[in-house]
Amino acid sequence: MRNARKLWLNGTAVILSALFLFPVYWMFSTSFKSSTDVLTDDPVFLFTPTFDHYETATAVELFWTYVGNSFIVTIGAVLLALLVALAASYAIARMQFRGRRGMVLAVMMAQMAPWEILIIVVYLNARDLEMLNSLLTLTLIYFVMALPFSIWTLRGFIAAVPKELEESAMIDGCNRAQAFFRVIFPLLAPGLMATSLFGFIAAWNEYAMVLVLNKDPEAATLPLWLTQFQTNFGNDWGATMAASTMFTVPVLIVFVLLQRRVTGGLAAGAVKG
Amino acid sequence: MTVHIEDAPPDVSGATSKGPPKRRTGRRLPTGWVPYLLILPSIAALVAVLGWALVQNLIISFQEFGRRQLISRTTEWAGLDNYRTILEDERFWDAVVRTFFFMAANVVLIMGLGTLIGLLLHALGKKMRLVLAISLVAAWAMPVTVSTTVFRWLFDQQLGVVNWALSSIGFSSYEEHNWFSSGASTLAIVTILIVWASVPFVALNLYAGLTTISGEIFEAARMDGASNWRLFWSILAPIMRPFFMITTFLEIIWVFKAFAQIYALNAGGPNRESETLPVMAYVEGMSQSQYGSAAAISVLTLVILLVAMSFYFRLIFKQEREQL
Repeated sequence: MRNARKLWLNGTAVILSALFLFPVYWMFSTSFKSSTDVLTDDPVFLFTPTFDHYETATAVELFWTYVGNSFIVTIGAVLLALLVALAASYAIARMQFRGRRGMVLAVMMAQMAPWEILIIVVYLNARDLEMLNSLLTLTLIYFVMALPFSIWTLRGFIAAVPKELEESAMIDGCNRAQAFFRVIFPLLAPGLMATSLFGFIAAWNEYAMVLVLNKDPEAATLPLWLTQFQTNFGNDWGATMAASTMFTVPVLIVFVLLQRRVTGGLAAGAVKG
Repeated sequence: MTVHIEDAPPDVSGATSKGPPKRRTGRRLPTGWVPYLLILPSIAALVAVLGWALVQNLIISFQEFGRRQLISRTTEWAGLDNYRTILEDERFWDAVVRTFFFMAANVVLIMGLGTLIGLLLHALGKKMRLVLAISLVAAWAMPVTVSTTVFRWLFDQQLGVVNWALSSIGFSSYEEHNWFSSGASTLAIVTILIVWASVPFVALNLYAGLTTISGEIFEAARMDGASNWRLFWSILAPIMRPFFMITTFLEIIWVFKAFAQIYALNAGGPNRESETLPVMAYVEGMSQSQYGSAAAISVLTLVILLVAMSFYFRLIFKQEREQL
């Protein structure tokens, strides 16, 4: 009876794992197959791996420009968001001021902002300002997209640092700014890490905005390149999957890093001492 | 994959932030201009980019704005004409109905399967749970543009593995079946794609929530002879109610505004048959150069979204009240 139940549960789990994993596996495996193994009516499951498709994909004109653009835009947006969010979240978490609730509300609303529906008007605005096909525009927009949840996340981390730590630093002669930079800031490392990684994923994956704003290939990013890859390369599915794999790898690394996100531990250790 | 930002804030606000922020003895919280200076950059950025876009969107929706006005950079007011045209356009109402059916199907599937898989994760042994969790995280981690591209490959007419699998298990009519030949079929693929990508969020978060419920409750109920069905509806569902409510509304909002999956898969085609409201607004604007009516569609879409959001925020505020 017990065994039957276990078998049933495990069997379901195996099938589900296979279903969820299959598209990911198929992407990886296609990218390493030779073209003859890809272009066959009966899919091949055993094959000799080859890196040909990676060579094709990286040899595409402007490939390194797209990679560079993606990194510039993503890292720029994340750093900007961290800096601006740190100030705001400190005010929200630690200070009492008129309009604080309104600020919290605004941040939560902005976090849910339907950017997908605003792409046309963002395009028209950028056009009026002559800011189309510019990496700066994209950086600024991704920064504003990442800002609300950066504020929200950091607020939680700052609130988790016991007030007593800061107060004792101030009793020992620090002013408020010194107390922040010497006591709170070092404890915020996991928070800054988590926030920036989530911001990284959001900006790295963004598609709708770059689709309308940066049509010029010189200013395009990887998501745009990826979705247009097929249009430009016909049925070269091997190279398309190689491109997809290369684009996914940084995100996978970030996900692995996030799994290890240890929160609260540091602050708890600090008061115990 | 959408980055589920709600997963980002780990709830770490300890006892220090709880309770009414009454004046503490010993030290006064500073008032004055410092907090305003600290929030100023954030407010300025949000207003300049997001606020301005929202306002402009509303303004343009009252303008006659086509290719001519785009080039000549003139403003021609049109009053409610854009809205009148849109509301009389059959295509708009088709898109509304389509969007709602699409959203309902997706949300029901995501919540249903997500809940079942979450419960399964809870019931599994350690090793199997890890295997399933890793598969879920892998699906979750896939960027939207990548998963869309991969699904195009999976469902490819000639070389797609899905057609091959279906025809080799006996459905020979699926040999060289074109999945993107109709709007309904295209949206069915989008549904599979979105459900596949969104179930991990629900399942893993439900599992995380379940681990916080003490096992004694279940044992006690089981002693009293409660069935699994009864356990779920009488114990689990009430305890996890906030989770289910919030997640359902989040998914409603996310699916409703899904753009990348639908557009990158088949650009709203064939013949604009798979256009949901956000995609329709985009196609009206960028392909048809009807910026005025695109803005009107987007305003109407925003209004519908705001209804869902207001429910969501009401729930969130109930949850977060003590933290604010």
